[in-house]
Amino acid sequence: MEYEIVIGLEIHSELDTKSKIFCGCSTAFGGEENTQTCPVCLGLPGVLPVMNKKVVEYAVKAGIATNCTIARFSKMDRKNYFYPDLPKAYQISQFDLPICEHGTVEINVDGVKKNIGITRIHMEEDAGKLIHAAGGTLADNNRCGVPLIEIVTEPDMRSAAEARALAEKIKTILEYTEVSDCKMQEGSLRFDVNLSVRKPGEPFGTRTEMKNLNSFRALERAVEVESKRQIFEIERGNPIIQQTRKWDDDKGESYALRSKEEAHDYRYFPDPDLVPVVLTEEYIQNIKGSMPILPWVRKVRYMEDYNLSEYDADILVSSRETAEFFEGTVAVCKDAKTAANWLMGDIAATLNEKGQTMADVTFTPAQLGEMIGLINDKTISSSIAKQVLQEMFATGKDPKVIVEEKNLAQMSDTSELKGMVLDVMKANPQSVEDLKNGKEKAIGFLVGQIMRQTKGKANPQMVNELIRELIDQV
Amino acid sequence: MKMTKYRTIHEIKALIEKGETTYEEVMGAYINRIDQVEGTVDSFLQVLKEEALNQAKAADENKDDKTSPLFGIPYGLKDNICMEGVETTCASKILTGFIPPYSATVAEDLKNSGAVVLGKANMDEFAMGSSNENSSIKPTKNPWDPSRVPGGSSGGSAACVAADEVVFALGSDTGGSIRQPASFCGVVGLKPTYGLVSRYGLIAFASSLDQIGPITKDVTDCALVLNQIAGHDEKDSTSVDREKEDYTSYLQKDIKGMKIGIVEEYFGEGLQPDVRKRLEEAVEVYKSLGAQLVDVKLPTSDYALSAYYIISSAEASSNLARYDGIRYGFRAEGFDDLLDLYKKTRSQGFGEEVKRRIMLGTYALSSGYYDAYYKKALQVRTLIKEDFDKALSQCDVILSPTCPTTAFKLGEKSSDPLEMYLSDIYTVPVNIAGIPAISIPCGLDEQGLPVGMQLIGRDFGEKDILKAAYAFEQATKHHLNRPTLQEAR
Ligand SMILES: [Zn+2]
Repeated sequence: MEYEIVIGLEIHSELDTKSKIFCGCSTAFGGEENTQTCPVCLGLPGVLPVMNKKVVEYAVKAGIATNCTIARFSKMDRKNYFYPDLPKAYQISQFDLPICEHGTVEINVDGVKKNIGITRIHMEEDAGKLIHAAGGTLADNNRCGVPLIEIVTEPDMRSAAEARALAEKIKTILEYTEVSDCKMQEGSLRFDVNLSVRKPGEPFGTRTEMKNLNSFRALERAVEVESKRQIFEIERGNPIIQQTRKWDDDKGESYALRSKEEAHDYRYFPDPDLVPVVLTEEYIQNIKGSMPILPWVRKVRYMEDYNLSEYDADILVSSRETAEFFEGTVAVCKDAKTAANWLMGDIAATLNEKGQTMADVTFTPAQLGEMIGLINDKTISSSIAKQVLQEMFATGKDPKVIVEEKNLAQMSDTSELKGMVLDVMKANPQSVEDLKNGKEKAIGFLVGQIMRQTKGKANPQMVNELIRELIDQV
Repeated sequence: MKMTKYRTIHEIKALIEKGETTYEEVMGAYINRIDQVEGTVDSFLQVLKEEALNQAKAADENKDDKTSPLFGIPYGLKDNICMEGVETTCASKILTGFIPPYSATVAEDLKNSGAVVLGKANMDEFAMGSSNENSSIKPTKNPWDPSRVPGGSSGGSAACVAADEVVFALGSDTGGSIRQPASFCGVVGLKPTYGLVSRYGLIAFASSLDQIGPITKDVTDCALVLNQIAGHDEKDSTSVDREKEDYTSYLQKDIKGMKIGIVEEYFGEGLQPDVRKRLEEAVEVYKSLGAQLVDVKLPTSDYALSAYYIISSAEASSNLARYDGIRYGFRAEGFDDLLDLYKKTRSQGFGEEVKRRIMLGTYALSSGYYDAYYKKALQVRTLIKEDFDKALSQCDVILSPTCPTTAFKLGEKSSDPLEMYLSDIYTVPVNIAGIPAISIPCGLDEQGLPVGMQLIGRDFGEKDILKAAYAFEQATKHHLNRPTLQEAR
């Protein structure tokens, strides 16, 4: 009988706040070691943490977007353990009363939809970073006190694809709500995978936990490799040991870090330095009111209002910036299909090539809308539009200005074109002959010649008509 | 001797205003006094003579802002309260050499008022103790009898005020650490309502119980200092945002009709007979002032000490975990690996009492025991608070002894922690409930040692206890008793 994989995720996400969770220090990434610290985030004797209100707001946003119940009363707890990256020897986190609980997130794998339960979302501070150098271990405390939320799911996923879909969905949600920038290469979003295997119908097996996966690919591979390892052990009659494992993405394998027997007793208790987080109904309603339109709502609207395919709609809503750019473009050109094609086609390709995102685009949605307008009123051809777009990428200039400056408007002057068409037909008698004999392919060659001579500015449809009109004169 | 000229903040202020002395002269007299008696009392871990004298000189030259009542007044700061650039050790080996790059909010407040720190006062290590014998540096002695303890943990703060080495001092009170030494040293000590005074910069022992407060010669000074240090602080989220009060406005002799609660159990077994006698006389004084005596009950206070040791030790075990040998202060030598470094540093760097409480707290918080100890202690805490709320709805203040005895001999109880803990039996419930209480002198015992009376008030009821304390002080003059301290040889 086949095995079933049971997966739950713990997702750590760095919040996109300017300052840390309990002090005013900057959260900017990549600063020189230990320059973004103060007595509070270093936990020096006598200093006290004070909760950053933005952190609470962002956690509540994430909770609303994942359909959680928002706690009217929650508190901060201390999680005690000794480690050199933890200056106070405890991490301030939330234990039994997290800020959000009981949510759900819908995923879609190959057209099959499924709801994944969100157990809880809690707020916590990040620890520092250890740098193992030749002379010993150094501590960089810039990350100490960087605000995080941890999203914990139910063990509802049954495949690597489902785990990935959930992870991607959470990323979309956090980006949409601007709760996190989700820069995975900077560690803003990282995953812990809890995994066990069982025969269907049996109770849950013993699980292992793989920590700190920071790409979707690593997540998928880790699930695949670890589930195979567990099945392999079980098949040989070996018990699965509950343990924490470290995933080595380069080698594509995991190894045990510590087993449950040596697990820490964190001695959680309420942090007496911080007053409980008490939220009013009004506060929660205000945040609800300020939420952006979420991607799944947008998607349905795109399909209904704009008649886009589910595939197109999915891509457009996959990032808030793309969706908003799309909507801004449509507002100007009133042509959703063309706008979608440009965004998913040339614009996506160009960004990809440059390793950029929608946020880096230098022109506005209105300018793109204008450009589509120029195509639709036949001022420029689609191929010229590609040139115009690249120019817009480079300079951010208005498409009309670019067309004018570079003299890119289509040649629609019949008399000028007529002469060129006649010349080309005379120069290519064989093609003319072929065309006369019904070889339609030949007309493509002739049009191509004209387009080349006019550097693409000729109106191809007009050229086509002219060839047919003039063919008997040659 | 010249010292008799200077006693309280308000009296010195009056002399200055009359032109009979200068700030420099005042400071010089106190520095001189320190030179004379510090060898006997050992109140300070550090005396900042030069800086203080310079500030006093500057104070004389400063013609502008002398309006603040604390301007130019020398005071002692308990060594668990941080002052930028000044070594702060909590009298612990583990914090040796720690120089905070920030000042506690209270130190900042007093600096703004013009008060001058003259010394960092000795204490029980990390404020754990009731005798000052747990200081890892040296024990402070009681100015009334140097063979006796000054009480703890703010023993240095109480002793330096009693010995006239400073005009007032700040202490911290987690289970009676201001009131008990104030009682032993015959001075006034106030533990404010939890949240009235910012804890920012106070090196934590037990965060949910710790509170900074003044130790002074009389109730007027107590109100003057409280005026400066009370108030909301954005850096401490547990500090309460409420309107400032002028506590001196509550100092009045007339307390007719004021209801004073008496807890019968507090006058039972274990109370030293002449302590009881002084308290009974105090009750008579209040009657004669027209106060109304009310019997009140605090049935759960029997459990206060147990709950206190669980909660305070649990929080301490966490608060003190940061002293791991990695960042500041003492680090053990000759360790094998990281765990060994932690173990050796903490074994060698902490004193016995501190280690005892860390272990107790760690145990109480560990999984499997949390519910039986820590959670139970929190439940007891709620019951105690309810008891006080009920009792204080029937009266304005509760009168009790501050301690069961007067100052005991050095070494007398240091071998028996449980015996020592009983010294705080009347003070601890107040911290558990988070309410304010004051200890004021109410006479001397048969050996001539000071006896303290405690007045307990409602949440933010400082005005009531100051009023009751002031009326008593004016009617009795016990606060004028001073130790006949021999000068050091
Ligand atoms: Zn900081």
